[in-house]
Amino acid sequence: MTDPRPTLTQASGPAHSRILGIGGVRGEIVVTNDDVAGPIDSSDEWIRKRTGIITRRRSGPGTDVLDLSEAAARAALDDAGLTGADIDVVILSTITYFSQTPAGAAIVADRIGATPAAAYDISAACAGYCYGIGQADALVRSGAARNVLVIAAEKLSDFIDPTDRSISFLLGDGAGAVVIGPSETPGIGPTIWGSDGSQARLISQTHTWREAVDNGTWPTLRQEGASVFKWAVWQMAPIAEKAMAAAGVTAQDIDAFIPHQANMRIIDQMIKQLKLPTSVVIGRDIAETGNTSAASIPLATERLLREGQVSSGALALQIGFGAGLVYAAQVVVLP
Amino acid sequence: MAYSEQEILAGLAEIVSEETGLPTDSVSPEKSFTDDLDIDSLSMMTIVTLAEEKFSVRIPDEEVKNLTTVGDAVSFIAGAQG
Repeated sequence: MTDPRPTLTQASGPAHSRILGIGGVRGEIVVTNDDVAGPIDSSDEWIRKRTGIITRRRSGPGTDVLDLSEAAARAALDDAGLTGADIDVVILSTITYFSQTPAGAAIVADRIGATPAAAYDISAACAGYCYGIGQADALVRSGAARNVLVIAAEKLSDFIDPTDRSISFLLGDGAGAVVIGPSETPGIGPTIWGSDGSQARLISQTHTWREAVDNGTWPTLRQEGASVFKWAVWQMAPIAEKAMAAAGVTAQDIDAFIPHQANMRIIDQMIKQLKLPTSVVIGRDIAETGNTSAASIPLATERLLREGQVSSGALALQIGFGAGLVYAAQVVVLP
Repeated sequence: MAYSEQEILAGLAEIVSEETGLPTDSVSPEKSFTDDLDIDSLSMMTIVTLAEEKFSVRIPDEEVKNLTTVGDAVSFIAGAQG
């Protein structure tokens, strides 16, 4: 007797995916080192030497993380030559959206005309963009979606303490977005990703939301900078090497290195550890934009493309790392 | 094979010199990393990590703040050798 139950159809997708378009927006206010130096008893010179930051960009009170997301998403759609109606999934990576539910992604999806796209938020801090790229690549190639919009957006200025010397003075606001879709040729290498919750205390908010409500104390961000520096350089460089190996390329093949824009000192030391040739273009958007967490890699990428430092089709090694601790890296072909 | 304190001092001086540009003979045991050698916390972490690799020891992050002088670091590394 034959089994009466039907055999299910499972989705399958194209062999390859790539980034089809990119967009980014930065906070409209230029905040100088002199603007933030007073409350931390510091100076322009000290901040430049220690972080490589000259200015950071922040948004005013009239702008929230969804406004930044929408603007970046529209720019990415334009760059890809698509509209919201072409998008099947919207992934929003952010740690600075104030509503626990509903997800910001659904609201942004609706604003850009992507309804009824599937939409959800992810919390992977400074690794959020690379986490999103990894998910979007998998969704496209599995046939779960044709085009995925990945948005990485932060309004970190809502979580700063002007007297904090550990992280607040680094932080800026902005959003980057990309559209990931099917491709005739490989455009996204394997994502090497992971986490280490045993080191969760190294970067965190000062209070949980529950404590904030109970105590009336607004949470802000803190980090143990020296320990984060050590982890970011010496633990993350091998992750970047794994991403290159998994993609079948070497440091000699890479056109651009675009790490999370945490601190110029981390970037410089990673370049050393990775032994990148001097021909590799380095993402250094932190100097003018500051550290925008999840948004920093797409913003640095957008700048390199806009300024003509790299061209469409260039191979970029990107790596995000941050609070969790979490990390993700992959090699991508730039749009 | 364990390194002698002299060997550790010489190796550490090379690492500090590489990171800061200071001559190796300025890296003597009584020198304070912060006050005399003008080494900030990120440079200190670079020095610590390179020393860990060179001498095959582990220097926990929480221990680094106790390493005030070059001599402190030499003693710690000498004691941490397996």
